[in-house]
Amino acid sequence: MLIGALRARLERLGGTVTSAVWRLGFASRFLFYLVVHSGTALRRFRLTIAQIYFAGVLSLVIILVSGLFVGMVLALQGYETLQRFGASESLGVLVALSLVRELGPVVAGLLFASRAGSAITAEIGLMKATEQISAMEMMAVDPIARVVAPRFWGGVLSMPLLAGLFSAMGIFGGYLVGVQLIGVDAGAFWSQMQAAVDWNNDILNGVIKSVVFGVAVTWIAVFEGYDAPPTAEGVSRATTRTVVTSSLAILALDFVLTALMFTGGNHQ
Amino acid sequence: MTNVVELRNVSFGYDPSRPVLNDISLSIPRGSVVGIMGQSGCGKTTTLRIIMGAYRPTGGAANVLGHDTGALDTEGLYAMRRKMGMLFQFGALFTDMSVFENVAFPLREHLSLPEELVQDLVMMKLHAVGLRGAAHLMPTELSGGMARRVALARSIALDPQLMLYDEPFTGLDPISFGVIVRLIRELNDSLGATSVIVTHDVQEALDVVDYVWFMAAGKVIAQGTPDEIRASSEPFVNQFVNGKLEGPVPFHYPAPQYDADLELAG
Repeated sequence: MLIGALRARLERLGGTVTSAVWRLGFASRFLFYLVVHSGTALRRFRLTIAQIYFAGVLSLVIILVSGLFVGMVLALQGYETLQRFGASESLGVLVALSLVRELGPVVAGLLFASRAGSAITAEIGLMKATEQISAMEMMAVDPIARVVAPRFWGGVLSMPLLAGLFSAMGIFGGYLVGVQLIGVDAGAFWSQMQAAVDWNNDILNGVIKSVVFGVAVTWIAVFEGYDAPPTAEGVSRATTRTVVTSSLAILALDFVLTALMFTGGNHQ
Repeated sequence: MTNVVELRNVSFGYDPSRPVLNDISLSIPRGSVVGIMGQSGCGKTTTLRIIMGAYRPTGGAANVLGHDTGALDTEGLYAMRRKMGMLFQFGALFTDMSVFENVAFPLREHLSLPEELVQDLVMMKLHAVGLRGAAHLMPTELSGGMARRVALARSIALDPQLMLYDEPFTGLDPISFGVIVRLIRELNDSLGATSVIVTHDVQEALDVVDYVWFMAAGKVIAQGTPDEIRASSEPFVNQFVNGKLEGPVPFHYPAPQYDADLELAG
């Protein structure tokens, strides 16, 4: 009796694990096929530009406003702590490094997942549910090349730009609060920032993070959309899964990337 | 007369123990309008998918437009589909494009024509379905009947040799229905195409088609001209064509005894 229940439980656990691995395999094969069939998206770059507009430009408002506020809050909180140690001049460094290394890519990635990723999943899922994908196949047009690939590249190209703008906006917010409101010396704020932020170690690593997050979020979004059961419930579940999975993926990848980038003595 | 579609002993099933199609043989001659009819779930849509190459037969062979669909790779399948047009049940228009761009879609994807020529061709196709004036509208602004006519214009954009219709009459008002029926016939004859209509709207479809293949439970059970089908003595066809409640198809889905479900027993 007990052994039977235990066995059933183990079997369920095993089933969950194998189906997750299968799904990862499907998603990887899907990504491979997608990259191989990206010719149309790159040759007719107009298609990709339209998607950069939908994924990138339309996400600008939320990204810029969030960046501004995150920067302003960082300055407020940072000043509080730094002035206790008489280091309030370093406020610019604190704001810039936090944003460029961590908050820019991560928060922009999370916002991108919920704003653009969910939209991509819902759009592809609904195209499938309303037979638009089948219609395209019937017209001898490969939907992965024509629908999925431009959305993928549009997202991948947008994400680093959005993360960059988020950081820039955040630094501006830090300046507004730190210099204009609190009265930290503007010269110290900017010159210490310039001296302390390193191109390779900080900015480039931040850009690499944002590229990785962009690939992860957009990959998850297009796969979930294409894989969604063609029903209202299926599409809504897929959209939720996109946001949850890509947020978790961003946090996990961020930990791994940070561990690789900022440990091992390659950074002073 | 040559056959555009020739299915020989085709079987198909996702699960070998439960075949969806069981040893189907049918042929569709060039220039004709042919109906594949039967109850929901009898395998007629699956037959259509076999013809369009979306499914490969698990037994037998499907020859469509001179190709053995089972032996085609993706490239070959796409080359075959360029000669085919398909009207989906609810049109399946691309909702992010205008009516004009929807009809222009196959032209732009497959041919690199100058823009003026695309314009002319699209307008000609829209004129054929009577919707030239709706070219600038978005699909959400169309009624169900109009959407289906736009989809029809899109599916004939590349002048197909074989037109497939999946339940083209479902959910149409009588006027839209009449328009679609007339268009199916006219387009077939003016394009010199062959048309296959999959439907359960038997009475309506019998007025349009030249020949009927009747299916039940994954098999062809009757065939003939519309008059022969109307006069058929085959019990299932008779029940279906006349919409009778009683016949080989029971009204009740298999269920336990009624009194047991009402807990009257004992």
